[in-house]
Amino acid sequence: MTWVLGNLPLIGSLTLQHLVFALIPVVIGLVLAIPLGWLANRTSFGRTVTINVSGLLYTIPSLAIFVLLPAILGTQILDPVNIVVALSVYTLALLVRTVADALSAVPPIVVNSATAMGYKPVRRFLAVELPLSVPVVLAGVRVATVSSISLVTVGATVGFGGLGKMFTDGFQRGITEEVVAGIVVVLVLALVIDGLLLALGRAITPWDRITAAAGRTR
Amino acid sequence: MIEFRGVTKRFPDGTVAVDALDLTVDAGKITVFVGPSGCGKTTSLRMINRMIDVSDGTIEVDGQDINSVDAADLRRGIGYVIQQAGLFPHRTILDNIATVPLLLGWNKAKARRRAAELMETVGLVPEMAKRYPAQLSGGQQQRVGVARALAADPPVLLMDEPFSAVDPVVRESLQEELLRLQGELGKTIVFVTHDIDEAVKLGDKVAVFRTGGILAQYDEPGVLLARPADDFVDNFVGRDRGYRGLGFLSSTKLPLGELPTVALGEPAPRGEGWTLVVDGERRPQGWVRGVTGPVGADLVPGGSLYDISSGSLRSALDAALSSPSGQGVAVDGDGAVAGSISADDVLRALEGARRDEAAA
Repeated sequence: MTWVLGNLPLIGSLTLQHLVFALIPVVIGLVLAIPLGWLANRTSFGRTVTINVSGLLYTIPSLAIFVLLPAILGTQILDPVNIVVALSVYTLALLVRTVADALSAVPPIVVNSATAMGYKPVRRFLAVELPLSVPVVLAGVRVATVSSISLVTVGATVGFGGLGKMFTDGFQRGITEEVVAGIVVVLVLALVIDGLLLALGRAITPWDRITAAAGRTR
Repeated sequence: MIEFRGVTKRFPDGTVAVDALDLTVDAGKITVFVGPSGCGKTTSLRMINRMIDVSDGTIEVDGQDINSVDAADLRRGIGYVIQQAGLFPHRTILDNIATVPLLLGWNKAKARRRAAELMETVGLVPEMAKRYPAQLSGGQQQRVGVARALAADPPVLLMDEPFSAVDPVVRESLQEELLRLQGELGKTIVFVTHDIDEAVKLGDKVAVFRTGGILAQYDEPGVLLARPADDFVDNFVGRDRGYRGLGFLSSTKLPLGELPTVALGEPAPRGEGWTLVVDGERRPQGWVRGVTGPVGADLVPGGSLYDISSGSLRSALDAALSSPSGQGVAVDGDGAVAGSISADDVLRALEGARRDEAAA
């Protein structure tokens, strides 16, 4: 405990840095995943391509990406942009599939009736298909966020890893307490953010639980 | 008015769903498309609002070729009700109904006012406004579907098997409701069903389709029942068509006979015949025969009643056939006994109607 109590300001600033590095990629990945998921859902060819490519991206080891990205992007090896880009790629890979699945799960009868009411495709997507896919997409966003929070720590090996720095630093200097504290803070952070996302989801989709409950009783 | 001119629908696999259809849907009337599955009735309906594209021929709505306007604009001007309602699960009932007005650019307050008005029109209580579709029964959802289709007051309403997913009792009340609404609104309605009874009940005119998208007969329901164009229509119209056809014959010339009645609590009349028991307003309560003392208990339940203000030959005949005495009870608009009706009288009236028709 002495190490923790003596280093609270450091833990605080590392947590903040960690959050920024973890969440910005989730936002970027989601924003890109929505149009790509929509495209993937339009043709079976698009679907096959998107899902295979995203699956492939996800299998690249994170450390390799961190090391290779500077060469691809022309950035410095210690540039934090590397981490943001790498994690955005992972989030995107995870969420494209989720978005495509969520869109294909929207009941065709509802989409058809929207068309018959006089919705044009873009407005229909924004007003009907997208809102109806929120519950499934949000479940994917929760997985992606927790995974992103955990993956940021790997960035410590290339200089910017938020709380991951407590692992490398604690290991190099032989302070076990620092390593353990780092693990605990990462875990708590993941749980808190996940809980917030869950609450956000419930707030913006009040109809979802009602519909699910009615589905069980019928 | 909706005009089909030589309309054909061929699907990419070569199937012909609708084959050179020529048909005029009258303005302000209910026209029912009916037929077995694969007869092209639904395809024909969906071509009207371009949910399905026409392969050959033209469709005009109120004189305008449907292909001359933008599809979305066309659809906003045509109400559409589908099976299972197809409501938006993420929107409240009020916002579901306000859909088309909002698409047309009305402001939110006005669209919601209109939606609230329509909830009343279709018989939904205001408390339902804030609920979600999943909280409503199938019948209530279908009412919302009708309200949503009517929201922008379109002259044309397309109804695609709207009542087929609800149970028979609810279906019957929705049908009654539709007829009542139509009496007030006078929309041009195209209604698709596979149920000939529903077609005959709702349609001012009925178009019977046969497999392959061919129009077999297009007539008023009474004519369909009395004179099916061929064996297919005869078969499709089904059993008891002679009896059901009576439902479309007016009973205004039916003579009413005397009916022995006794008021509740009065002493029973002597003799072996049946006597109808009535209450203080002369409404029928049941029958008695061969009892002594004041009537009240031991009433034999009566059959169906024939309402002289609105009944058909079918209801008159049924009243006679279902009465324990063999004498049908005719009542006036207030439900008071007006006289008796016998099966023989109904058959004679039917003869008369046949002669009139032959002479005309």
